Amino acid sequence: MTDSKYFTTTKKGEIFELKAELNSDKKEKKKEAVKKVIASMTVGKDVSALFPDVVNCMQTDNLELKKLVYLYLMNYAKSQPDMAIMAVNTFVKDCEDPNPLIRALAVRTMGCIRVDKITEYLCEPLRKCLKDEDPYVRKTAAVCVAKLHDINAQLVEDQGFLDTLKDLISDSNPMVVANAVAALSEIAESHPSSNLLDLNPQSINKLLTALNECTEWGQIFILDCLANYTPKDDREAQSICERVTPRLSHANSAVVLSAVKVLMKFMEMLSKDLDYYGTLLKKLAPPLVTLLSAEPELQYVALRNINLIVQKRPEILKHEMKVFFVKYNDPIYVKLEKLDIMIRLASQANIAQVLAELKEYATEVDVDFVRKAVRAIGRCAIKVEQSAERCVSTLLDLIQTKVNYVVQEAIVVIKDIFRKYPNKYESVIATLCENLDSLDEPEARAAMIWIVGEYAERIDNADELLESFLEGFHDESTQVQLQLLTAIVKLFLKKPTETQELVQQVLSLATQDSDNPDLRDRGYIYWRLLSTDPVAAKEVVLAEKPLISEETDLIEPTLLDELICYIGTLASVYHKPPSAFVEGGRGVVHKSLPPRTASSESTESPETAPAGAPSGEQPDVIPTQGDLLGDLLNLDLGPPVGGPPLATSSVQMGAVDLLGGGLDSLMGDEPEGIGGPNFVAPPAAAVPPNLGTSMGSGLSDLFDLTSGVGTLSGSYVAPKAVWLPAMKAKGLEISGTFTRQVGSISMDLQLTNKALQVMTDFAIQFNRNSFGLAPAAPLQVHAPLSPNQTVEISLPLNTVGSVMKMEPLNNLQVAVKNNIDVFYFSTLYPLHILFVEDGKMDRQMFLATWKDIPNENEAQFQIRDCPLNAEAVSSRLQSSNIFTVAKRNVEGQDMLYQSLKLTNGIWVLAELRIQPGNPSFTDLELSLKCRAPEVSQHVYQAYETILKN
Amino acid sequence: MIGGLFIYNHKGEVLISRVYRDDIGRNAVDAFRVNVIHARQQVRSPVTNIARTSFFHVKRSNIWLAAVTKQNVNAAMVFEFLYKMCDVMAAYFGKISEENIKNNFVLIYELLDEILDFGYPQNSETGALKTFITQQGIKSQHQTKEEQSQITSQVTGQIGWRREGIKYRRNELFLDVLESVNLLMSPQGQVLSAHVSGRVVMKSYLSGMPECKFGMNDKIVIEKQGKGTADETSKSGKQSIAIDDCTFHQCVRLSKFDSERSISFIPPDGEFELMRYRTTKDIILPFRVIPLVREVGRTKLEVKKKWARPPISMNFEVPFAPSGLKVRYLKVFEPKLNYSDHDVIKWVRYIGRSGIYETRC
Repeated sequence: MTDSKYFTTTKKGEIFELKAELNSDKKEKKKEAVKKVIASMTVGKDVSALFPDVVNCMQTDNLELKKLVYLYLMNYAKSQPDMAIMAVNTFVKDCEDPNPLIRALAVRTMGCIRVDKITEYLCEPLRKCLKDEDPYVRKTAAVCVAKLHDINAQLVEDQGFLDTLKDLISDSNPMVVANAVAALSEIAESHPSSNLLDLNPQSINKLLTALNECTEWGQIFILDCLANYTPKDDREAQSICERVTPRLSHANSAVVLSAVKVLMKFMEMLSKDLDYYGTLLKKLAPPLVTLLSAEPELQYVALRNINLIVQKRPEILKHEMKVFFVKYNDPIYVKLEKLDIMIRLASQANIAQVLAELKEYATEVDVDFVRKAVRAIGRCAIKVEQSAERCVSTLLDLIQTKVNYVVQEAIVVIKDIFRKYPNKYESVIATLCENLDSLDEPEARAAMIWIVGEYAERIDNADELLESFLEGFHDESTQVQLQLLTAIVKLFLKKPTETQELVQQVLSLATQDSDNPDLRDRGYIYWRLLSTDPVAAKEVVLAEKPLISEETDLIEPTLLDELICYIGTLASVYHKPPSAFVEGGRGVVHKSLPPRTASSESTESPETAPAGAPSGEQPDVIPTQGDLLGDLLNLDLGPPVGGPPLATSSVQMGAVDLLGGGLDSLMGDEPEGIGGPNFVAPPAAAVPPNLGTSMGSGLSDLFDLTSGVGTLSGSYVAPKAVWLPAMKAKGLEISGTFTRQVGSISMDLQLTNKALQVMTDFAIQFNRNSFGLAPAAPLQVHAPLSPNQTVEISLPLNTVGSVMKMEPLNNLQVAVKNNIDVFYFSTLYPLHILFVEDGKMDRQMFLATWKDIPNENEAQFQIRDCPLNAEAVSSRLQSSNIFTVAKRNVEGQDMLYQSLKLTNGIWVLAELRIQPGNPSFTDLELSLKCRAPEVSQHVYQAYETILKN
Repeated sequence: MIGGLFIYNHKGEVLISRVYRDDIGRNAVDAFRVNVIHARQQVRSPVTNIARTSFFHVKRSNIWLAAVTKQNVNAAMVFEFLYKMCDVMAAYFGKISEENIKNNFVLIYELLDEILDFGYPQNSETGALKTFITQQGIKSQHQTKEEQSQITSQVTGQIGWRREGIKYRRNELFLDVLESVNLLMSPQGQVLSAHVSGRVVMKSYLSGMPECKFGMNDKIVIEKQGKGTADETSKSGKQSIAIDDCTFHQCVRLSKFDSERSISFIPPDGEFELMRYRTTKDIILPFRVIPLVREVGRTKLEVKKKWARPPISMNFEVPFAPSGLKVRYLKVFEPKLNYSDHDVIKWVRYIGRSGIYETRC
């Protein structure tokens, strides 16, 4: 029997022919016709016109035909909802069929028909199937609940299906349990506030039992669910680990990785002194290595995960360097990942082997791989100090090969080596300079120029070298131009006598002939700095640079911890949190590792473990609103969870450090004050017209330049309001406000002691909230607070705390403790503190996203009495990270298209309509579009606050 | 979970398309074709994100299989599933080729409906599937009630890989120990890395639900047993081998292996891979290659040293296990039927092959 004939294409009247065949009396002919329809459907032809005819074939006792008809139904029911109703009766009937395979087939297909009218009819059959005597039907019905929930969540709740699903976790059949777990986990993800899974030691025990008995896929569902549980103490964590470790020997790599996830997570709770901790570490290495003998695609997934694991717990694989050696025939994606891990594992003990390998790789054919290998040699030098010399000489050998991309890559890494070990390897500069002409990639040119500028005093012909670049200044890329500007200024500061002309030349190229605002602004800063105060210029430009850190590409710790919770999943492959690539509400919940429990060292006697030890931190299982108050009362006022605020990477070169020192004097200076020994301030006439009319507006461009780092001005800050009146808190009065500056959020507090006694021992904690706001550091009140004394404190916040949707969305519940008592208050934070600095969407993206978001998500608001013009509105909003993507003038009205992004990755798009020049009409019209429409109201409030203050 | 599954031929034409989730539209089919199959530069990762949609793909000869999702799915599971799907298809109709797929597209849709529900993988053991999804269409209407419930209990049961009531006149089993030796040697003949990855493949024709126990010269087991007779291991050098790690077919009771290191299981009928293992100690390397490369360049044209030279690799097969692994026993118990371990005819064979056996030069 061959089916390929159905794929052969067709002439015109095909649909009519098929129609006739579908209505044929002969069973065989009917079946043939349905097959042809399915084949057409597969290749993308529209055969929806045949809907009634195909559905007519549904009433059959031929199971193969029935399945085909069902397949058709699933595809087209949505486009033909009225017709689809015709199928309901058959479904209901099939759900009663004596054959369990047919009952299951019906319930399975039913859930895939996404037509509202039909969904209601399916509830009764589904209810029966969930209690069917046959496990095959029950396991199918369990998944059907998840399907139905996806169509109509409310219906599923109203019908009580969630409870039935929960009951199935105790089913006698392991596959039913596994599917129920999968369905519940999925539903729970879209309901972060519900306590659906209700994991407790009893239910965990059931899951662990089912784990031993169900299919490989079921084991994955269960392990992934287990990973969301937070054991109450280290003993429970250990006992779960003990029951999970056998899974490490499973042939299915996904089972192994999910088990690794559970172990990595629960290990956090175990004390390092525990024997079991060491045993567990040893047990983890072999299965991870074994994953590398899987098929290449799985190897890739495994390697991406191992990359995270070696960052989190380097000790696990520190002796396994050799297994990551690259094989000639590995696919390129495996090679690149292996290389990354090799560098992470490189240490003094194995550096010789690693270097020998890297040198070998640098002679391979694949350009990307070779480049990465060369770069890796540089990273080894930076990581293992003892090897630096060998690395540098290896790099020099490679430069001698004269292979163009090898040379360029080598120069880029040598620059980094100089930054790590200043004044050590400058002898190689001569060799580098020989290759100056062959550099054609911006990064390599920029690196070389940096080297020349940095070591200008030791390079005799530094001025000639730099001058040679100057000829084609305008053809260079921005990074080279910026670097050249800085390097020449450095040269001038070091050898002022011979290079005055050169520096004048570069400053005028940068400020007068360039359209690039970054370059212009940097040029002006240098110019002013040099003309006002050359000593200060020296201090700023030639300041000692911080050494670059050992490893430049480590994942930021809080992100790493979150990714560890996602081992095995796409997030761990992309090295991004799910919110970065998943749309909508799913994945917004941040996961975090469990805190180490404070249980005593003696694991022998459970009585010694303090009863209150388990902290309320359960990353995913979030209590219902009812539990909230109790939860807040039990707050463990220890140091906040979540890592320290992320330090900005120090590898950025050049300009950024300048801004800190140079700017103040720049802004404060009056123009007449300028006039250094050799310098004339840039005349106003020399400012290109497109720059704006005054220096003032030229400077505002500066803020554009730094928008990646954070606006210097910061966003609008409301005046402090009283949050906790003294009479409610035994004399402690707290007022405060929220600020956002240069990318960091803080809560500015003012504590006043209105009691008669001294207050000490302050601590603060937040309840879970919609955006995961949490203190990034403990509340530090340095001295005791005497009566009538007031202190001002700025408490840094981060957004990696636990997430729970609050009502209203921006509600924040806070507990403050002092030596007298614990006090609670709640406050509303303005949403704009959550608007991040990189919230500017590009135009294309904006257009596409605007269209993509359904119209029902659009919300309209009016901002009354706001007599500002488009420029003023735009710049005011920009300082609070609302960015204008485009501007249009339609019939005398200015339309601003704006974007902003929240800390959890939600984008909000806005269209703002302004009527300039019409004093009687000062209302602005605002339309907001967002995939999470519930934030719109609050974004509108933020707009109003920012524009009216 | 998996939102959709597509199969394409080498030209990028869709052969099979099955969508499981509402968030995956028809345009996803084209997105993969345009951005991966027809991509100007070869795609360098098996996972591709296009417009917030993730595509996982594997290739079998010139057929592309792609799984699509918009969620944060378990990536390892998706690939395992794709491989499994290939196995299932191969078990039904042999080689995965455009012709075979077109010839069996109805069957493939039926299988996809069964082994993936709402994107969640379900029982995908061919043994079980073949009891109710057949190439001749389903004989369901003729099944008795007992047969039906036997099918469903097998598909959902604890021993989903074997059906009850199997009978053979002659009970027989074959064990193949298949090893591949992997070696990476420097041009100077120094071993950079070497390991053996081995597989124990069992083909069994046994009646009933036989309980099997497999034993090999695993160092840990031998030392545990040999506490009394310690001298035995010491006097005969390589009696036992150190296994770095092993993984087992899902029929093996993992918790029992974890606690007692004994390998016990009820095997699927026919052929299956019982275990995989890896060893790195005391490997017998059958061959060593010392490269002697002479560069000849006597013509006037100066020949530059070739930039990249692939390593010399070797292929061979030897009739022993280079790791030193020995099968000690495979005991069969079937308490309900009247055959004993002695009545089972057993065959054991060892094959060592070259894996990636390379010498750099």
